[in-house]
Amino acid sequence: MTVLLEAVGVGKRFGGVQALKDVSLTIHAGEIYGLIGPNGAGKTTFFNVLTGLYVRDAGELRLAGRPLNLASPHEVAKAGIARTFQNIRLFGNMTACENVMVGRHVRTQAGVVGAVLRTAATRAEEAAIRRAAEELLHYVGIGHCAGTIARHLSYGDQRRLEIARALATEPKLLALDEPAAGMNATETAALRSLIDGLRADGLTVLLIEHDVKLVMGLCDRVAVLDDGEKIAEDVPAAVQANPKVIEAYLGASHA
Amino acid sequence: MDIFLQQLINGLTLGSIYALVALGYTMVYGILGLINFAHGEVVMIGALSSLTFGRWLENSGLPGPLVLLAALLLAALVCMTLGFTIERVAYRPLRNASRLAPLITAIGVSLVLQQLAMLVWGRSYHSVPAWLPAGRHEFLGASFTDVQGVIVAVAALSMAGLMLLVNRTRMGRAMRATAENPAIAGLMGVDTDRMVSLVFVIGSALAALAGVLVSANYGIAHYHMGFILGLKAFTAAVLGGIGNLAGAMVGGVLLGIIEALGAGYIGDLTGGVFGSHYQDVFAFFVLIIVLVFRPSGLLGEKVAERT
Repeated sequence: MTVLLEAVGVGKRFGGVQALKDVSLTIHAGEIYGLIGPNGAGKTTFFNVLTGLYVRDAGELRLAGRPLNLASPHEVAKAGIARTFQNIRLFGNMTACENVMVGRHVRTQAGVVGAVLRTAATRAEEAAIRRAAEELLHYVGIGHCAGTIARHLSYGDQRRLEIARALATEPKLLALDEPAAGMNATETAALRSLIDGLRADGLTVLLIEHDVKLVMGLCDRVAVLDDGEKIAEDVPAAVQANPKVIEAYLGASHA
Repeated sequence: MDIFLQQLINGLTLGSIYALVALGYTMVYGILGLINFAHGEVVMIGALSSLTFGRWLENSGLPGPLVLLAALLLAALVCMTLGFTIERVAYRPLRNASRLAPLITAIGVSLVLQQLAMLVWGRSYHSVPAWLPAGRHEFLGASFTDVQGVIVAVAALSMAGLMLLVNRTRMGRAMRATAENPAIAGLMGVDTDRMVSLVFVIGSALAALAGVLVSANYGIAHYHMGFILGLKAFTAAVLGGIGNLAGAMVGGVLLGIIEALGAGYIGDLTGGVFGSHYQDVFAFFVLIIVLVFRPSGLLGEKVAERT
């Protein structure tokens, strides 16, 4: 199996709090990799370091063998990492379609000059952007909402829209931060088949999730963070049986 | 002559210019949450530099309108460079400072530009040659000049162009995304610093256009002209709802009309105690009324303080 993402000894400190301590993990191309852990374990911090929102203090990140030493989020997007957020962050005043079209930004070129002169190339690109956005909306199952203002969408549809927007950047690695948070059982089941479909289409997914059933059913491998440190990394069944993991979640007396 | 219609025409002319300048304020506010008080001075630099370029070009024997057009394009280049530089030098280093710091810096930049303009162009009033035809047309008992017609038409066209750029193109989409949430726009691959520069450059081009039009309208330009014009355009932007592009246009035109009608009727209404030279009072009266009764402006939404 080829390695897609490699993290070696990643550390991040906020004042006196060591949010990430020497975290190393490897994600293989084409797998769904789960990242779990109790609240405050550092899962979201890892996402933020990975996507360039935070600058790491220590360690190395490599995507498909290339080091990720990137100064700004738009370079991370260009390198091929896209993400969604635990608390949904859409462009609320733009339509669903426009949200996804912004996601195409990193893979397209038209500049101001082209826009002012309305060149044939610009118009063709704009049409292609719109077509790609509409296809992605259909892919995640909200094709009928293309013209709806994003903040007027239902909660579940907003989550789908966020995934469509992330997919629009043509990521190598899609990082989902608690995509099932706040969803009911029906919505979670639909989300699960959507993520399964992403894997079938060859995408690599990094998943933070609290819904243990979803993680265990969906992920090929799971890593457990506790207090900023990785305490386990294995296939779901082995992780579930790991005494360290049980201790982290339930306390020492249950181990 | 019908005073009402006449003042409406005058107000529309003036309002078109306010609208062009107000767009610059509102775009910068929309993307940075900053009131760029130096924007009025960019208008002034646009007016004075186009005058200088126009006087050079006059000797080439080109027809007047072409001289004006060429002078406008050169002045727009000067202003775009200036706007880009102001953001880079004065505002970008303060991007994460408290909100007060860039505001004070903006006032400082404004003073620096005024003094520089005074050194370059002197303290005297410059008369602007009439490069446009000086025709006058009768219209339902009122009249409008060719210059007024050109001002309204050019302003309307450039605003339509701006709306197309912002709403229908990849760059415009990236600008709106950056205005809504810079961090997320960055994750979508938008170079947000470039978008901020772009906003300053576009706003400054509109400012140059406004400077050329306003000096063609009054036939006069001087180093201090940007101050009051800038304040009034800011008022227009607040009136329309700052941060909202359509609001800036509506606010600009509305403010121009309020001013013109106010100036037209104040003499009659007060029995001659106040004359039309009180014109400037109306703009700031409107500003106070708006700030008291509808701080979010006509088209602005109520927004919570950004955290």
